[in-house]
Amino acid sequence: MATTANTLEFERPLVELEKQIDELKKMAGDQQLTVSAEIAPLEQKLTELRTEIYRNLSPYQRVQVARSSKRPFTLDYIRLALADFIELHGDRSFRDDAAIIGGWARLDGETVMVIGHQRGRDAKENLHRNFGMPHPEGYRKALRLMKLAEKFHVPVLTFIDTQGAWAGLGAEERGQSEAIARNLYEMSRLDVPIIATVIGEGGSGGALALGVGDRVLMLENAVYSVITVEGCAIILWKDGKSPEMREKAAAALHITAQDLLELRTIDEIVPEPPGGAQADHEAAAKSLQQALLRNLDDLRHLKPDKLVRRRREKYLRIGQFSE
Amino acid sequence: MSWWRKDKKPRRPRRESVERLEIPPDVWEKCEACGHTDLRDKFARNLNVCPACDYHRRIRAHEYVSILLDEGSSKEVDANLRSTDPLGFPEYPQRLKKASAASGSGDAMLAASGTLGDMPVNLGVMDFGFMGGSMGSVVGEKIARLGQRSLERKYPLVLVSASGGARMQEGVLSLMQMAKASALLSQLGERRIPYVSILTNPTMGGVSASFAMLGDAILAEPGAVIGFAGPRVIKQTMGQDLPEGFQAAEFLLDHGIVDDVVHRRDLKKTVGQLLRHMSGKPALTGWSAP
Ligand SMILES: [Zn+2]
Repeated sequence: MATTANTLEFERPLVELEKQIDELKKMAGDQQLTVSAEIAPLEQKLTELRTEIYRNLSPYQRVQVARSSKRPFTLDYIRLALADFIELHGDRSFRDDAAIIGGWARLDGETVMVIGHQRGRDAKENLHRNFGMPHPEGYRKALRLMKLAEKFHVPVLTFIDTQGAWAGLGAEERGQSEAIARNLYEMSRLDVPIIATVIGEGGSGGALALGVGDRVLMLENAVYSVITVEGCAIILWKDGKSPEMREKAAAALHITAQDLLELRTIDEIVPEPPGGAQADHEAAAKSLQQALLRNLDDLRHLKPDKLVRRRREKYLRIGQFSE
Repeated sequence: MSWWRKDKKPRRPRRESVERLEIPPDVWEKCEACGHTDLRDKFARNLNVCPACDYHRRIRAHEYVSILLDEGSSKEVDANLRSTDPLGFPEYPQRLKKASAASGSGDAMLAASGTLGDMPVNLGVMDFGFMGGSMGSVVGEKIARLGQRSLERKYPLVLVSASGGARMQEGVLSLMQMAKASALLSQLGERRIPYVSILTNPTMGGVSASFAMLGDAILAEPGAVIGFAGPRVIKQTMGQDLPEGFQAAEFLLDHGIVDDVVHRRDLKKTVGQLLRHMSGKPALTGWSAP
């Protein structure tokens, strides 16, 4: 059962209801009573309430959902939606960056190269994963694996889940900017299909460095932004802390999947189960798996030069201006 | 290793450039870095580099055009592209209007065509005076069109960066301009059309992490601050002070990130030399400083 410490404010009513149901179930178990007649309507109510709450999430609430450590991470989707995974490590130059993972896997039997940001669930894991915020060597590992996929004519699937590229001394010394830029450049010419999916938070350039694709998908509760909501609120209103300012910034930035679809910066929204991906990892993985298969089927028949041309044309069209 | 020399250390440039443009027409000017006072005209003739300490003052986009392109050859292109307010972002239209009035520019990039040492080139120069040189849809589109022109005629591309990064007010559309510019540059690369990137103070964030770092040659002006994250943010995340000269052009040279640090007066000559090498043209004799 979820502890209140880890519970998002707007999920409180759900947790209360779940507690009630749990208690009833326990009673039923202990005393052999038939309380199922009481449980059923409560469970029905829970589902309705959950759907209702999640349908009406505000943009900043979605940021909180996207960042939740209860959501499935890249390795969870690999475990649940793919098979036969073998991880490949390192950029062959400096070190292995655990904030990005990648390797061969199978989607419905077919070999793919899967690459994604990897966050940690607890403090210890986050120390190892650097909160899913990569250094240049992480992006260089990702590029190495993409080129490997290209060499063997294997499609690339990327999962985006980061607050951003790491801002640090070593990252700058080793060329964080160049590493990100290089990936944008190479991903726009890689001659195998690329499907990028934002599974949690898509934070700025550090997200985009895995995000140039023939298809860019976003999970229903994922967010994607040019700057963190907190950073934007600080710049605009010198206040990155108060919930009101964060909410205002989140709305202004247009960061939800629906916003991005309307701005034609993503191609598709992948539905999440009621209560979000965190409520049912298997169902979320199933939904993602279906979307990946369908999109890959669309891309499979395209000749490499046409694939690349279409990908580039797609990016060259992005932008709004007057003339 | 010149970046830690104590005597000539250029001070971190201040962020406001607009005010600098409004210096009253006094005869004397003072260097922001070393305090050296000299005739205004002398600063100007020295391309706004301090005659005493070599501090490179920030100059406007059109000044780079006259430094880099042959006299009388330049022609501005796509001058009518304007930012809209696609997200209905708070205050954005007002900020655009203000930036336009203060800088006299349409947006944060000036696009031009012309010749550089008799070689036809397409040139884009960012204008820090327009909303901190931030990259939104207009900057991305101008780069894309310059690149397209380069593809059509096989003319080299030169981009001069001066930017705080992506423009927040256009949200993810700004972010995607990084991919847009990079997608265009990859086409140039495949067609073997040379692209030279010049980094000036400052080149940060989404600009640094896209076209600025993708040059076949990357040159930086002395003292220019170049990086992905800003020094303040890094100091915060690291919880420690940053080394002297961190993220200065010379620091990047030491770390193998830029090809060279080039004095403003040598920019044209260096770019011309590079472009001639990369496009199989004979060396040009009789270069003189612009
Ligand atoms: Zn000086």
